[in-house]
Amino acid sequence: MKGGSVGQPTFLAEGFPPGVKDFDFQSWIPSLRDSDWGLAFTKITFMVWLAVAIIIVFFLVTYRSPKLVPDRKQWLAESIYGFIREGVAKDVIGHEGLRFAPYLTTLFCFIAVTNIFAIIPLFQISPNSHIAFPAILGIISYVMFIYLGIKKHGAAKYFRTNLFMPGIPWPLYFLITPIEFISTFLTRPVTLAVRLFANMFAGHLMLLVFTLGGVAMLGSANVLVMGLSVFSFLMAIVMTFFEVMVIFLQAYVFAMLTASYIQGAIADEH
Amino acid sequence: MGLAAVSGQLGALGYGLAAIGPGIGVGIIFAAYIQASARQPESAGANRTWLIFGFAVVEALALFGLVLAFALS
Repeated sequence: MKGGSVGQPTFLAEGFPPGVKDFDFQSWIPSLRDSDWGLAFTKITFMVWLAVAIIIVFFLVTYRSPKLVPDRKQWLAESIYGFIREGVAKDVIGHEGLRFAPYLTTLFCFIAVTNIFAIIPLFQISPNSHIAFPAILGIISYVMFIYLGIKKHGAAKYFRTNLFMPGIPWPLYFLITPIEFISTFLTRPVTLAVRLFANMFAGHLMLLVFTLGGVAMLGSANVLVMGLSVFSFLMAIVMTFFEVMVIFLQAYVFAMLTASYIQGAIADEH
Repeated sequence: MGLAAVSGQLGALGYGLAAIGPGIGVGIIFAAYIQASARQPESAGANRTWLIFGFAVVEALALFGLVLAFALS
């Protein structure tokens, strides 16, 4: 067995050590299991649909009959929206940013809810630990800020001011323009997507290591190792609390970086 | 075999090397925040946005190494 160095593991520890294979899920429709469409109906896609449903239902229900003095549900919804509207849209983009506040709030809520599934029992994995979902979110942000920049400044002027920044002696353009091109137009969507993906992937993997490792240690023949397995489970609990911080941090950072890129695209050049 | 060929778990080695820079970077960011908050406590709230932002951006670089270690294994 794979975990043979801690003695003879029982059947419970057959998943140790965890790896990339622990992120693959089977299709829920058995007849589609071997086909390409099978992956459209797995636990992961069910979680994405559930997150969308939760967000839509939550905001609809809490705003069904808004009152001037809000009750608790309305206050919660308004707090979430106000947090992104003031802290991200208005602070980072400025007054023009208020028309992006709904999209940024939706982005933040979607990433937060899909990430929260990583620590909820029975789900215990975030759909963002599959590169597809952060990739699409990154592409949407990428297309959005380029479209906004082109719409505001015109395509030629937008690319000219971004790639050939004014106020620099012309020989330096040979050095700066490739760097600016790569950093603004090539790596931005990649880093946005991979940051979210890697945080969720690493978090899930660490929880797997501590949990499955604790179970593997419980199955060992050595009594000392069996006793020390409690520390492994303790670390799993500590890492779960750490995951809570990472979840909201990643959602906030994704929304804030999108806002920052939008601000860079629609900024007025002097 | 070359003079300095490395065999075995190259992914783990690569991630270890990749984590040096961001480790120092995160330390610098938090050190700057702590010093700024100590000198001028009223600025702590305003700086917290940039603390979180800077931390996430620097941490991403370390996590690229982790992801590549798994993706190329």
